[in-house]
Amino acid sequence: MPQAARTLAVGLAVVAAGVLIASLRVNPYLYFAGYVIFQYIVIATAWNILGGYAGYVNFGTPAFFALGAYTAVFLIQSIRAPLPVLILAGGLVSALLGLGIGYLTLRLRGVFFSIATLALSIVLQTMIINWEYVGGSRGLSVIRPSGPPFGSYVTFLFTVMVLLAVLAVTAARFIERSWIGRGLAALRDNEEAAECMGVPTLRLKLFATTISGFLLGVAGAPFPYYVTFVEPNSAFNLDYAVNALAMPMIGGTTSWVGPVIGAVLLGSAQQLATVTISSEMNLFIVGVVLVAFVVLAPEGILGLVRRLRGRGP
Amino acid sequence: MIAWDLLANAVIAGLLLGGFYAAVSLGVSVIFGLLDIANIAQPAFLILGSYAAYVMNSTFGFDPILTGLLFTPVFYLLGAAVYRVYYGSFERRGEESLRGLVFFFGLLFIIEVSLSLKFGVDYRLVQAGYIGKSIQFGGVGIAYRLLVPCLVGLAMTLALHLFLGRTFYGRAIMAVSQDRLALRLMGANPVQIKTVAFGIGIAAASLAGALLVTITPVIPSSDRDYIGRMFAITVLGGMGSIGGTLVAAVILGVIESLMATFYGPSWSLAVSFGILLIALAVRPAGLFGR
Amino acid sequence: MTAPLLEVDGVSKRFGGFTALNRVTLHVKPGERFGLIGPNGSGKTTLINCISGALAPDGGRILFEGVDITTLAAHRRTRLGIVRTFQIPKPFSSMTVLENLHIPLEYAAHGRLHGATGREAAEILRVIGLEAKARLRPGGLTQIEMRKLELARALAARPKLLISDEAMAGLSSAEVDDILTILFRLNEEQITIIMIEHIMRAVMRFSERIVVLDAGERIAEGTPEEIVGNQAVEKAYLGE
Repeated sequence: MPQAARTLAVGLAVVAAGVLIASLRVNPYLYFAGYVIFQYIVIATAWNILGGYAGYVNFGTPAFFALGAYTAVFLIQSIRAPLPVLILAGGLVSALLGLGIGYLTLRLRGVFFSIATLALSIVLQTMIINWEYVGGSRGLSVIRPSGPPFGSYVTFLFTVMVLLAVLAVTAARFIERSWIGRGLAALRDNEEAAECMGVPTLRLKLFATTISGFLLGVAGAPFPYYVTFVEPNSAFNLDYAVNALAMPMIGGTTSWVGPVIGAVLLGSAQQLATVTISSEMNLFIVGVVLVAFVVLAPEGILGLVRRLRGRGP
Repeated sequence: MIAWDLLANAVIAGLLLGGFYAAVSLGVSVIFGLLDIANIAQPAFLILGSYAAYVMNSTFGFDPILTGLLFTPVFYLLGAAVYRVYYGSFERRGEESLRGLVFFFGLLFIIEVSLSLKFGVDYRLVQAGYIGKSIQFGGVGIAYRLLVPCLVGLAMTLALHLFLGRTFYGRAIMAVSQDRLALRLMGANPVQIKTVAFGIGIAAASLAGALLVTITPVIPSSDRDYIGRMFAITVLGGMGSIGGTLVAAVILGVIESLMATFYGPSWSLAVSFGILLIALAVRPAGLFGR
Repeated sequence: MTAPLLEVDGVSKRFGGFTALNRVTLHVKPGERFGLIGPNGSGKTTLINCISGALAPDGGRILFEGVDITTLAAHRRTRLGIVRTFQIPKPFSSMTVLENLHIPLEYAAHGRLHGATGREAAEILRVIGLEAKARLRPGGLTQIEMRKLELARALAARPKLLISDEAMAGLSSAEVDDILTILFRLNEEQITIIMIEHIMRAVMRFSERIVVLDAGERIAEGTPEEIVGNQAVEKAYLGE
């Protein structure tokens, strides 16, 4: 199929560009910052599969991200598993949690679902705080494996994250354009009507929560090697919850491009602000931009572009 | 028989905590329970109230709870303004559910980050004559710093109960949630009524914030500890019932206090969120309820 | 005597202490125009919800083409051919009128592998009289167009049994006739129709057979003429 071939080609091109950039050995900080931006592409894309396509707002992003990270910590501590295993395992454990919150949607809709996900995040954090094996509240140092396949370990991680971002975006794009995406859009608009029009709403919701959870866990799994010191407050950071929904909201939630645009813009702006102003200030900016967008441009940047085009000649 | 001593102390502390939790949750009961607006920025207004009390206390030596009372009109106006923005941007366009939720989430985040920009992330506390003192009953000590907030919380609960039941505006607020027809017969404008109710809810949160800083030092991110408690109490209390809010608050206070005493304080937060999850899951609703 | 298309057999439903349906039994024959009436709160909507799968009954059985569907999920029933419309229209608001029809075409009528065909959707819109609005979003439709969209979307699911839940409430007399004409035409194409309606003129004209519910009980059954003359029905509507 030419369509699939083109998608594959674009994906490979992005990964190749990532490898190329990684091999350039410019300022190491760039890889460090770039990693975060691509990590946010994964997170925003994952959030959007549930929040944008299905209309279930997840405030518990940190829970899924941290579960991926702590699954990795556990596997590093116990068997020193290699990175691909960590990523796969982190994804699978978070996918299970996603499946769990999927069943929650049977009883909880709208704001009640969102509040429950927030609660989930805090319950999980408390459990991790009380689990000494993975560092408890004090945290844990993680030693990177020696000898990455190429470059320094940070450039290696950067490339891995580029690959994961390509995978996540490809998955989101595929879902959006398939019968699954159309079914999710129907249930987002009206769940009862969708079910009565033959859409298996529960199965689609379970799919969306599971795949969203999987990708969030995948984003979190390399985190221990990236920071080398994992503690609950950084892994369960509320910033992930805010960014995860701010980025798609700013970019536009109805298309896979939206979260990518949002993550690149907001992610780069934050990286710049952290260096030039302060990390607190950059969070302030995220909050203000988020509120400004939901009030003034509810369809995000994509919506603005569409509106401009519609009025143009 | 030391355990009995511990138990009695934990229960008493839990009951006192419950009175304070009622104060914390009253605003959510009005805004979420009665108006059906999922204002998850509520705990940020709580902490904002704490910092107002802290600033007045540390600069002028004002009593924190008195400050809390003095500031309620300011927070009332702030709340009314927030509701107007919310109404104009979301409710009027019929887009309140998801985007409105994100709006409040953003607001929560902005308030929290603003506070840490201004005050840093150090714990802030207040001074007052009664903080640090306690009275003894047999083996049970009652700290004033818990007793006073509890009494104020009970007074707030009673005042709100009377307001909702006995005044024109109070009845109109009840009607907004239950009986549109009665509201129209009363000749009340629903937007105006909701503005008043939202303002009252925010003012209640700010006063509760003053109680909070009397009980324990606060940091900007303290708000996160209260999101779960507020909503757990409101959902458990029956979404908007003031009496129910008090009962649920006391139950949660006692359970948390027992958990903290026998298993350590790090678990008490998870308890409130765990109870919230259970309360949400068993909340009676049809298959296509909200 | 043909076998019934739909059999509702002693179905009960309680909400807490309130009994919404008490052992209701009724049969609908293939190709029939069937009326379901009763005062407000008599259990009509609850019964529809039990038949379409939105609610699970507490007792009794529901059979469709002889198969027990009592515990089947709502979307599976739609695929079997039981399709309903909603009293308050529930369109997919982010999609165009045409796209609204693609959902049931894709999910109920054809199975997912075939995909929705635009030609089929356009044909349904033509039958219903909405073809001029195909590219509009539901937000830009009038009351009657909204009702027609409900019907069109239900048709796209290729129903054997169409349940029309108060499709005419709030419409003008001419608009009611418009909808009735459409329903008659659908019935001629072998679609069995259950009509729930408060507008007596419409139900009486449309139905071959009517069942009356009151307080969750079946109190009468018969032709429109028999129902009009029935004392119990008059009592239920006018009170004691």
